[in-house]
Amino acid sequence: MSEELLEIIILSLQVSGVALLISALIGIPIGVFLGLNRFTGRRLLIALMYTGMGFPPVVIGLFVYLVLSRSGPLGSLNLPFIPALFTPAAMVVAQSIISFPLVAGFTMAAVMGVDKRLRQQVMALGATKQQAALTVLMEARIGVVVAIIAGFGGIISEVGAVMMVGGNIEGRTRVLTTAIVLSTRQGDFNLAIALGLILLAITFLVNVAMLRLQGKSFDE
Amino acid sequence: MSAPVYTLDQISKTYNTRRVLEVEQLAIQKGEILALVGPSGAGKSTLLRLLNFLEQPTQGKIQFHAFEFSVDKEPPLDVRRRVTMVFQHPMLLNRSVEANVKYGLELRGIRDTQERVKQALAEVGLEHIPNQKANTLSGGEAQRVALARAIVMQPEVLLLDEPTANLDPYNVGLIEKIILHLNQQYGTTLVLVTHNVFQAKRLAQRVAFLLDGKVIEVSDAETFFNHPQDPRTAAFVRGDMVY
Ligand SMILES: Nc1ncnc2c1ncn2[C@@H]1O[C@H](COP(=O)(O)OP(=O)(O)O)[C@@H](O)[C@H]1O
Ligand SMILES: [Mg+2]
Repeated sequence: MSEELLEIIILSLQVSGVALLISALIGIPIGVFLGLNRFTGRRLLIALMYTGMGFPPVVIGLFVYLVLSRSGPLGSLNLPFIPALFTPAAMVVAQSIISFPLVAGFTMAAVMGVDKRLRQQVMALGATKQQAALTVLMEARIGVVVAIIAGFGGIISEVGAVMMVGGNIEGRTRVLTTAIVLSTRQGDFNLAIALGLILLAITFLVNVAMLRLQGKSFDE
Repeated sequence: MSAPVYTLDQISKTYNTRRVLEVEQLAIQKGEILALVGPSGAGKSTLLRLLNFLEQPTQGKIQFHAFEFSVDKEPPLDVRRRVTMVFQHPMLLNRSVEANVKYGLELRGIRDTQERVKQALAEVGLEHIPNQKANTLSGGEAQRVALARAIVMQPEVLLLDEPTANLDPYNVGLIEKIILHLNQQYGTTLVLVTHNVFQAKRLAQRVAFLLDGKVIEVSDAETFFNHPQDPRTAAFVRGDMVY
């Protein structure tokens, strides 16, 4: 395997991995909150989240592009923690936005599937609200792992947004999906197919790893 | 008689617009077993939720020892943790028996749980299956684990919401024995909801009859069963209450 290819694979995993971590950190609490609480405006938030779950990645790419570009609202601020366009960090931002509604939506569904009376029992045993939420989340763990898998699936194979905000720059922002697009365009189908197989293999291996996360409870 | 554990004063609970509970006066004494009986929908479970501080009364005050709680004054965590409840459905966590029993201790940040868990499991006769998964237990075993999970915390007050409904006579007998032992050995105050008049007779020192959210009659068990003051109580005790 060439060094160049290895770099592409590693960058793909880094970008989507960090984006997945961010979406889990944001999406799981949102999902738990929406699943366990009843308040006015909840339905609206859920409708927005559902929309986010099916949002075309290119549109999110466009949005992030506009926001981060030099003349955009955030790009023009020139702050150190705001990523510039055509960097891996910009790709992480776009992919996090694509992925967190998926994580939140599936987490909410999983949490809502836990018997309401369990939370009451847990409160009766002396749990604080946070402890009760954590316990319910643990009970919903199989569904939560599905949420993470869905979030990962939504970004590892995504091409529109990373192409737009990353720019497919060789040695800097080229990932598996954008490399496949490029080699197909250049007529190098052998390389495109090889890259596609690698992407498939990675997705498969990651999902196997996630299944292990669901643990023994999955076999019951 | 020493000061009561709970004193309820003109409390009511309303869901949406429907008032489902309206208790003018009710005191629960330290160390007693009080049975709450009454037909389904009378408000028994609602009353237990208020006693467990899971919900606040819409109106009125609940006095617990020297503390007074109401809609705008919710009890702090340490007070809430002096009371616990076992529900009709065991509601175990999808973990091992042992993990379920130590759950309440872990919530309280107690590390050294092993001995206490062992002892609690022994009290309910399940010391031989600490590692079994909770979702593989029989109904009676599951309810005994739920009971162990509550008593391991040595609560001052234990609320039991129809703990033996749908159980076989053997497990009913076991659980009743555990309840009595808890009361006699540790002086735990027990409030037991049951719609089984015979169970109330077997266990309770005092009995309260709830109907349509109101306490119709409270008295010591002897009076309640043999000389009920209210005709509705008499009908319920005879078993010819229509509901
Ligand atoms: N959370 C709730 N929301 C609306 N109504 C409720 C709620 N909980 C209980 N109720 C109503 O309050 C009444 C008393 O219920 P409950 O206390 O469960 O009765 P019991 O335990 O005596 O059978 C019932 O009519 C029930 O439908
Ligand atoms: Mg009930």
